[in-house]
Order: sequence, then C-alpha cells, then structure tokens
Amino acid sequence: MLKLKNWTASVSGKTILNKIDFKFEKNQVYALMGPNGSGKSTLAYTIAGHPAYRVDKKSSIYLNGKNISADSPDKRAKAGIFLSFQSPLSLNGVTVFQLLRLAMSGKKDPLTVKQEIDGIAKKLRIKSELLSRSLNDGASGGEKKKLELLQAVVLDPKVLIFDEIDTGVDVDALKTIAKFLDQYKKNRTIILITHYNRILKYIKPNKVLVLSEGRIVKEGNYKLAEEVERNGYEMI
Amino acid sequence: MDKNSKLNFDYKYGFSMPEANVYKSKKGIDESVVKKISAIKKEPGWMTDFRLKAFKEFKRKPMPDWGADLSKINFDDIYYYIKPTEEQKSSWEDLPEEIKTTYDKIGVPEAEKKFLAGVSAQYESEVVYESVQKELTRQGVIFCDMDTGLRRYPEIVKKYFGTIISFYDNKFASLNSAVWSGGSFVYVPAGIKVGLPLQAYFRINAQNFGQFERTLIIAEEGSFVHYIEGCTAPIYTTSSLHAAVVEIVVAKNARVRYTTVQNWSKNVYNLVTKRARVFDRGVMEWVDCNLGSAVTMKYPSCYLVGEGARGEVLSIAYASRDQHQDAGAKMIHLAPNTSSRIISKSISGQGGRTSYRGLVQVNPTAKQSSVYVTCDALILDEDSRSDTYPTMRIKNQEVDVQHEATVEKLGEEKLFYLASRGIKKSDAEGLLVNGFIEPVTKEIPLEYSIELNRLINLEMAGSVG
Repeated sequence: MLKLKNWTASVSGKTILNKIDFKFEKNQVYALMGPNGSGKSTLAYTIAGHPAYRVDKKSSIYLNGKNISADSPDKRAKAGIFLSFQSPLSLNGVTVFQLLRLAMSGKKDPLTVKQEIDGIAKKLRIKSELLSRSLNDGASGGEKKKLELLQAVVLDPKVLIFDEIDTGVDVDALKTIAKFLDQYKKNRTIILITHYNRILKYIKPNKVLVLSEGRIVKEGNYKLAEEVERNGYEMI
Repeated sequence: MDKNSKLNFDYKYGFSMPEANVYKSKKGIDESVVKKISAIKKEPGWMTDFRLKAFKEFKRKPMPDWGADLSKINFDDIYYYIKPTEEQKSSWEDLPEEIKTTYDKIGVPEAEKKFLAGVSAQYESEVVYESVQKELTRQGVIFCDMDTGLRRYPEIVKKYFGTIISFYDNKFASLNSAVWSGGSFVYVPAGIKVGLPLQAYFRINAQNFGQFERTLIIAEEGSFVHYIEGCTAPIYTTSSLHAAVVEIVVAKNARVRYTTVQNWSKNVYNLVTKRARVFDRGVMEWVDCNLGSAVTMKYPSCYLVGEGARGEVLSIAYASRDQHQDAGAKMIHLAPNTSSRIISKSISGQGGRTSYRGLVQVNPTAKQSSVYVTCDALILDEDSRSDTYPTMRIKNQEVDVQHEATVEKLGEEKLFYLASRGIKKSDAEGLLVNGFIEPVTKEIPLEYSIELNRLINLEMAGSVG
C-alpha cells in the first residue's frame, strides 16, 4: 500500500533517515519503535511531505502503486495519507468543524461533516464544548490526541500514521483511542510510532519495526515490542 | 492591474459625470466654495458660520505628519461638492473589471451592485425601506440623511452638531466641518430600543458614500440602537479623499453599537474622525473593519464622562499591496468606575502595512476604572510590515490595567498541519486569517462576517486588487 524506496532525508545538512526500503501493507498495524533521535518522527513528517526536510532525489514514495514523491503535503493527504501529530498545534479561532468542512469541501457536504464529527466525538468521549472551541485550545493531552483521531476518521484516509499518540495520554483515554483504532483498522494501514508498548496492549500490532540511526534495524511480531520494553534498545 | 494604471485610476476608469448635474463646485476649495455649498443647501446662518470658521481652521492647521504618509493628497484637485442628479448615467460597463469581478465573487445581487458602484443611485429596496421607516416613525426614531436632519430638526442638530468633535480637533475634521454633505442623522428617544440594525445603505437617494459625510447619532436615556455603515463589496469612487466625521451621544443607560465595514477602492485616502461621548452607565461599542483604501487613518474614540460608562473598540485592519491601514482607538476615562476594552486585529500581506495607534487616558477622577487593551498583528510575508504605537496615560492608582500585544507570522507549522489535512496553501492561509480575526467577526452581523471572510479569502488568493 505505502512503499518507501531508498528513503533518505536530512535536515540542515544532517542525515536523519538513511536509505530505508519498506512496504507497509493494507490491513496491517505497524508499531514503529526506536530510541530518541532514531528518526521516527522524521519518517512520519517526510511521508507527509513536511517542507523543512530535504528528501534525497533518489528516494521515492508510492501510494497504491502511484509515485507521489513530487506531491505537496495537501495532495498527499488528499491521496490518503494522514498524520496525527505528536504535539498538535492549537489553531486560534478555527474549530475542528471549520477545518474539516474546508478539507472535505467538494467531497462531503457540511451537514454530513457536522454529523460525522458529532458521532465520532461521542464514541471517543470528546466533550462537546471542545468542538465549539478553537481546535486544541485548552485541551488536555488526551483530548488533543482524540481530536487528531476524529479528524482522521472524517478524512477517511488509507494510511494513518500516529506519532506518539500514547504520549501525554491517561490510561482511560488511551484505552478509548486504542479500542476505537482496533475497530477502525480494517482495509487500512496503521503505523503507530511509540516509545512504549503501553498502547500495544490494547491494539496488537501485526509487525514491530525498530528504527535506529535512520534505518530499520529489526522487524518482528508484537513479542519484539515486549523484548524492547524488557531489555531496552541496546541489545539490538 | 499594474502600478502605473493605478496612478491613472481617475483618468482610465473615471465616471464622466453627466452634464445635467444640478451643481458641481469648482475644483479646489476657498471661502466662496464653502459659502456656495451652504447657500445651495439653504442652510441656517449658524451652519454657514460654522462652516466658514471650520474652513479657517482647516487652512491654519498643518498636515498631520505623525501617522501615515498623506503627502500625495492635493486639496486643489478635489471637487468638494457635487449635488447629485436624479439619475446618474455612467454605465456599468465603464467600471474596472476587478470591481465587477469582486461583486460577482462575493455574490452581490445585480441591482445592489450597480448601486454600490455608484452607477445607480436608486437601490431598489424601497419596499423594505418604507416598512422600516414606518416602524421607526411609530417609535419616534429619526433616521434620515444629515441634510434632511438639519432641515427638519434644526433644534436637535444645533444642540449637538460639532459638540462631540470640534472643528479644531484635527485638519480633516475641520475640512469635513467646512464642506460636509450627506451622512446620517439618527435620534432615538428615551427608552426606545431599536430592534433592527439601521443600515446606512437603506437610505436610497441619499449621498450614502459621500466624500465628506457627517453623521450624528443621539441615543437618549435607556435607549439602544445599532448602526451599520458600509458593506463588504468594494465601494468604487472616483474621488480620492474620504474625510468623514461621526459624532455620537450615548445618554445615561443607553447603548449604541456602530459597525463599519469599509472597503473603499484602493485609490482612496480614508481619514475619518469618530467619537462618542458616553454618560452614566452608557455603553458605546465601535466595531470597525477596514479592508480597502490606499491609506486609512481612523481611531474611533470614547469619552467616558459619566460614572460607570463603558467603551469598546473592536477592530480589524487588513492591508495588502500599496495599502497602509493606520487604525486604532482612543479611550478617555473621565469618571469613576468607567471601563474600556480595545481589541485590535491587524493583518498585513503582499507588502501592505498596518499600524495600531492607540491612546488610553485615565484621569485622576476616574477611580476604580478598568482598561483592557489587546492588539494582535499577523504578518503574512516578509515584504509586509506592522507597527504598534500604544500610549497609556494612567493618572491615578486605582485602575486595573491589562495590556497585551502580539505579533505573529503565519507559521509554517500551522500551514503544514492544515496541509496534512488536505487543505491547500491559499485555503489554509485564509482559514488561519479568518480564525485570527474571529474574536471581532463574531461580533458583527452574520451576513457581514460571512462576506468579510470570503473577501479576505479572495484578497489572500491575490485575485482582487
């Protein structure tokens, strides 16, 4: 579904990702782990097309067989890639409805968008007052991550990348998020970037990848995550 | 349109006023022009005197040099009075393409378009207008143009005219006082709450968008009125100077809200003096949105003279290429327990410039007063500029003062966040800008704020002007 070829990226001249070749499949949940500075977030950002990173000319990215290497971030998103941010910014004066109405204009009418938001918010136990406020303004860590997930569902992407969706989230919120994701994963590719296997207890990954110094150094099933938790990354 | 054609704006796109004009003063201004204006209008002697004194003051006063660049204004090249004809024959086809396109894009109905563009002075809204007038008359509310006001209600006009803003105040107030024409006269009797906003553009056949409008609003004790002037569609005018004066009296326990959405064409110097005097527990709210013009200098003010009086200015300024919006507010606290709130939002893009200029003065007598000022500037690109000139003169210790000023750029991270949701850059910028001004737009009537949002999106997409 999502294929990275020779994926090399740098920021301010420093190479962060080094020739990654990997194919993320449909109907699969991936856990992407690795020590701080190993390039996890950079991988997420570069897949989404963040302009601050320089991706090597010889690198390429394919979504469902289509080369999207030259596409701008908004086009990649439209093509079906969704990135949930590690620390979502707050947007003054912009509600989640206004954002999604604009993002879905031409695809879904505003009323449908509104109904979907309300429905998903209920399932995710997002307080309705948060929906009428500026996006992420005054929201707790868990609420912010729920709002990211809510956006994902309305946008209906094919590939979902969650950058540390479990950080700054309390146990209850984490359970809600993971359970929701578990029901939602069908026909999609889900990539969970995480430090801990806390979330992996509630949503079992099909594959665990360990990133180190910009390369995927180990692949395995969920037991690899447990191993990492027990022994740290050093043994890898 | 390139820069050169803008300089030739008058020549290239100007309406040729039909020869059938009833009267058109000569170009430039002198005492005879002032006298003639007063004579044509058959004004009482006191008004003629007022005009002449004001004219003297206008001549005496130097050009203000503390704000925007006004050096290109040529007072000798302006017609100070044109008596409107019954019908204006200039044609829709003569209008600049950009103005027509903008009307289409924001969806202004055909008849209204022509009215706004000055092509037709007859906006076909007579039915609505008449029913509104009927209701107002029943309540004893007066709402007419200033010339009519002076003719029909000379005693009220004489009592207040020029008392809130003296012609000594500033050069452009002097000029307006000398040559004023049109504008609105509103009188709301004690205890009357006017339910429907009074919209300047309902006054058909009046010189709504005159160069030297003069507006006077009197809200008697316990009354309420909301007055709206301007509209989001660009007002096309061949005259390059708009120097209006707006005077408002807010009596005890009365409340007045004055909303302006200004979108003059980009050849206009918009230099407006607006002031309200607010008595005990009265509330004055200025909501001021400035998008158009070449230069705007405007600082709506409240003189809080009665105990417990309250003043508010909520403003938005948007400056694009070749524009300077020098806007702000003035709050003068002269009595105890008075409070004021200023919220200013400015946006500059495509090389435009915005300035916030504000004065808050709390006199020794104004104990237990509170002051809240927040001015936020958003700069869209490297070529654009924003300055803040806040002045606070707090002359007693028992005052609660809060002041906040922020300057932000349209951050790459926020744009990327929106891009990652599939929103293209120009839309994302529009969304963020509209979010930025939301604290003000939520205060203006819905149809205006929707049009305002759309217009800002158009401006940002570079498809206007």
